[in-house]
Amino acid sequence: MGALVEEFPVILGAFWLTIRLTLASAAAALVLGTVLAAMRVSPFGVLRGVATVYVNTLRNTPLTLVIVFCGLGLGLVLDVSFSESLSTNYLWLSIIGLSAYTAAFVCEAIRSGINTVPVGQAEAARALGLTFTQNLRFIVLPQAFRAIIAPLGSLLIALTKNTTVAAAIGVAEASLTMKSLFERHQDSVVAIFFGFALAFLVLTLPTGLFFGWLSRRLKVVR
Amino acid sequence: MSTVLYDTPGPRGILRNRILTFVFAAALLAGLYFAYLKFDEKGQFDPALWEPFLQGDVWVNLIIPGLLNTLSAAAVAALIAVPFGFVFGIARLSEHKWIRVPAGAVVEFFRAIPLLIMIFFAQYGGSAVLGLTVTSFTAVVFGLVLYNGSVLAEIVRAGIQSLPRGQTEAALAVGLRKGQVMRLILLPQAVTAMMPAIVSQLIVLLKDTALGFIVAFEDLLNAGARILPANFRNLIPAVIVVAIIYIIINVLVGLLANWLERRSRRSRKTTVKPVEAPQSVGVG
Repeated sequence: MGALVEEFPVILGAFWLTIRLTLASAAAALVLGTVLAAMRVSPFGVLRGVATVYVNTLRNTPLTLVIVFCGLGLGLVLDVSFSESLSTNYLWLSIIGLSAYTAAFVCEAIRSGINTVPVGQAEAARALGLTFTQNLRFIVLPQAFRAIIAPLGSLLIALTKNTTVAAAIGVAEASLTMKSLFERHQDSVVAIFFGFALAFLVLTLPTGLFFGWLSRRLKVVR
Repeated sequence: MSTVLYDTPGPRGILRNRILTFVFAAALLAGLYFAYLKFDEKGQFDPALWEPFLQGDVWVNLIIPGLLNTLSAAAVAALIAVPFGFVFGIARLSEHKWIRVPAGAVVEFFRAIPLLIMIFFAQYGGSAVLGLTVTSFTAVVFGLVLYNGSVLAEIVRAGIQSLPRGQTEAALAVGLRKGQVMRLILLPQAVTAMMPAIVSQLIVLLKDTALGFIVAFEDLLNAGARILPANFRNLIPAVIVVAIIYIIINVLVGLLANWLERRSRRSRKTTVKPVEAPQSVGVG
């Protein structure tokens, strides 16, 4: 326990980085995932094809590989640079990797959300004379949005846990910090592990409860 | 074809779609060309970087050993995780609180924390607490078993709970014991229903073995991102080739899952629909 108290500021800083990584990647993944979903349901074969290839590639590739590709491939070989500071640069590259990977899952969640809306809804809307945009705004998207709350919540939780993979390119978030604390305090490995596990529970459990509550509250009754 | 978003297009709609398809295709080609220029600028299309993949001994000595390590870690972890999932899934359905509650706590705990911190814990905890030297293989398998076993436990629980109550009631009424009900009535039907979800989770497990890279386990990703670039300075080509190998394996196992799902939908051995796979995001 002593080690946890002694290193409390370090641990707090590490989790703050984990939270920032999560939020930044979640925002980027939501935007990219929405664009991909729009492409996948568009009437244009080219866009559908590109989005399908993207989603299937990223979903079947290990996240570690994606992050290593972003960190070493983009960062070292192709010299993609966001910042003078090396650690900030790797932070951004890991955000690119995390959001590129998560976007594939966001796209699938949104697409299946749209698929939960029965065709009859849209046909009824067209019969009433609603235009394409009106149909989208008033009929399809409100129903689809309610159906994707729960899946997006589990994606956010998965993303919170997945930010640990940024350790692969040396981003000092929670898991890498835990590893260095293990090395510094060999006698309290168990306490440190349970401390970090507890902190992850504190991050993920309320998210799960909140999204569960929200999706039950907004559920579309059919 | 009329979908929820679009009506079947008429002549004008078809023309508009064709024009827009052309515009998007042109934009896409421009984007690809830009990426090509960027890669070319850094000499990534230099044949010297790609040539190693045409040599047999590069595959035999560097890539295939990594692939075998990945597959053996996945196989060992799957062989332990599946029984783990069955034991804990069934334990969570127990009538005895002292079995149900601890089993539930274990499953929820390991599902809620990142796999990577379990792997680190196995590595450092094993030597610090037990005085054992934990190899990276053991550490990876340890983490994979606890995490995926817990997810599998949820699949098993969902599979058994999806059976109609009448099955249990009828079995008890004809005089079977609780163990017999589970073994003879519930499990055979539930296994058919949850097979596709189990196989999908095993794909996640296979992908997650790549986390071993972080603890220097000599897996496929290690071959692609450390060993090959160290020999040929070809990180990007090597990572792309390794990614293709991962994708091929996962797609093949995915086809197996789809086939099992179709079979289980047709099956008359069970009264329930296949269990939905959990959101299999994959933490590796």
